[in-house]
Amino acid sequence: MIDFGYKIAETRTIDYEQFDGRLLEFVLENERSFVKCLSCGGCTATCSAGNLIDFNIRKINLFLRRGSLEELSKEIDKCMLCGKCVLVCPRDINIRNVVMLIKKGIVKFNNEQISS
Amino acid sequence: MKKTILTVGGGLAGIEASKTLADMGYSVSIIEKENDLGGKVNQWHQLFPDFRESSDVQDYIKQSTGSKDIMVFPGTEIASIEKKDNGFYVKSNKAVAFDIDAILLATGFEIFAAERKEEFGYGIYDNVITSVDLEQKFRKGGQFYNAGGKVPKRIAFIHCVGSRDAKTGNHYCSKVCCITGIKQAIELAKLIPGVEIFCFYMDLRMYGLEYEELYKTAQEKYGIQFIRGRLSEASENIDNSILIKCEDTLSGRPLKMNVDLVVLLVGMEAGEGTQNAGTICNVEFGSQRFISCRDAHLRRNLTTRDGIFTAGTCTGPMSIPETLENARSAALEIHKYLSEK
Repeated sequence: MIDFGYKIAETRTIDYEQFDGRLLEFVLENERSFVKCLSCGGCTATCSAGNLIDFNIRKINLFLRRGSLEELSKEIDKCMLCGKCVLVCPRDINIRNVVMLIKKGIVKFNNEQISS
Repeated sequence: MKKTILTVGGGLAGIEASKTLADMGYSVSIIEKENDLGGKVNQWHQLFPDFRESSDVQDYIKQSTGSKDIMVFPGTEIASIEKKDNGFYVKSNKAVAFDIDAILLATGFEIFAAERKEEFGYGIYDNVITSVDLEQKFRKGGQFYNAGGKVPKRIAFIHCVGSRDAKTGNHYCSKVCCITGIKQAIELAKLIPGVEIFCFYMDLRMYGLEYEELYKTAQEKYGIQFIRGRLSEASENIDNSILIKCEDTLSGRPLKMNVDLVVLLVGMEAGEGTQNAGTICNVEFGSQRFISCRDAHLRRNLTTRDGIFTAGTCTGPMSIPETLENARSAALEIHKYLSEK
């Protein structure tokens, strides 16, 4: 078959049906305060990593709720755990604990996948 | 014999309620801890959403206290209260005591002390001021300068200072600051031709009639710009201008900006006056330190104690018209209570 170089573009739509909520559930079970995020961006503004590289701690919440484990595991390693975000958060969220839980959760669910 | 009421607090709410009660045939004593009546509105220049002079409201309030059935005791605070017959016996900090049938708490609010948000630099950097300071600058009139004697070219308004912030212990929305910010931004745009103004917000709450219209006018007519992001910190440059940092959450990147003036839109708090008077009267407080209503929908002017009522912002943030309405409704509740007694 002749390859004309055209293909059907992949959809950009968030397909909520494909959403894997295990990691979100795991994080919220252990750090309930995370549900209170109002996306003000105070954390990102003060983030030591985010001021230098493409890393947005605020968007971790969105990745957890909309995205995939893969994307998230790439993102989360950029955090240096300095904790400045915790100091400015107007909703008193323990963001550092959220990051630690995500790291733990990723390992946990990846292992589950391998063993199953 | 006329029935008597003691109003604690001589701001808008206390005076409006007292005037309404006097008109209904009651005798009212107002005690006010300051030497002047009128409360916080005395510090204001123009009012939202129609830029009306605040002196109109001050004049209205001054007239109200002219009634012969209203006695005013400035510099006076409530010291103790005891039940007596059907009413109360109230001692004050001065050599005056009151034998009264009902008590109205109209102790109002305090303005959030912006120094408490240390990272915003109020009280540290000269060019960081509050919305209240700005009103006073407007009242003075004349050419507008910042602390360095410069006509500001760029100004930032910071929303939600001391409101919606767990770090200050104030979880609630003070509700009047959003529209105050837009009003003040427009006033500055009128005063300083060509000035660039940015409002940094988390959510803009234009809850009142005409408020959304004013927001649109700010964008359309005055070119005021809005950035969705909460200030994380402010610092001073060598030329006394201020460097502010936030995330521009809609583009998803950290943002920094130099401005000649930062205006912090400070929220409302239940102040010491409310705390003291409420404690002496043994009424219940809510989790946010304002006085609790007996029923938040149906009996907003009743405290948890019989014979003790509230008017105005001692129960939560309110605008001026809301305060006046709440005060008149308090007068009706008191009338109902005293007629049934």
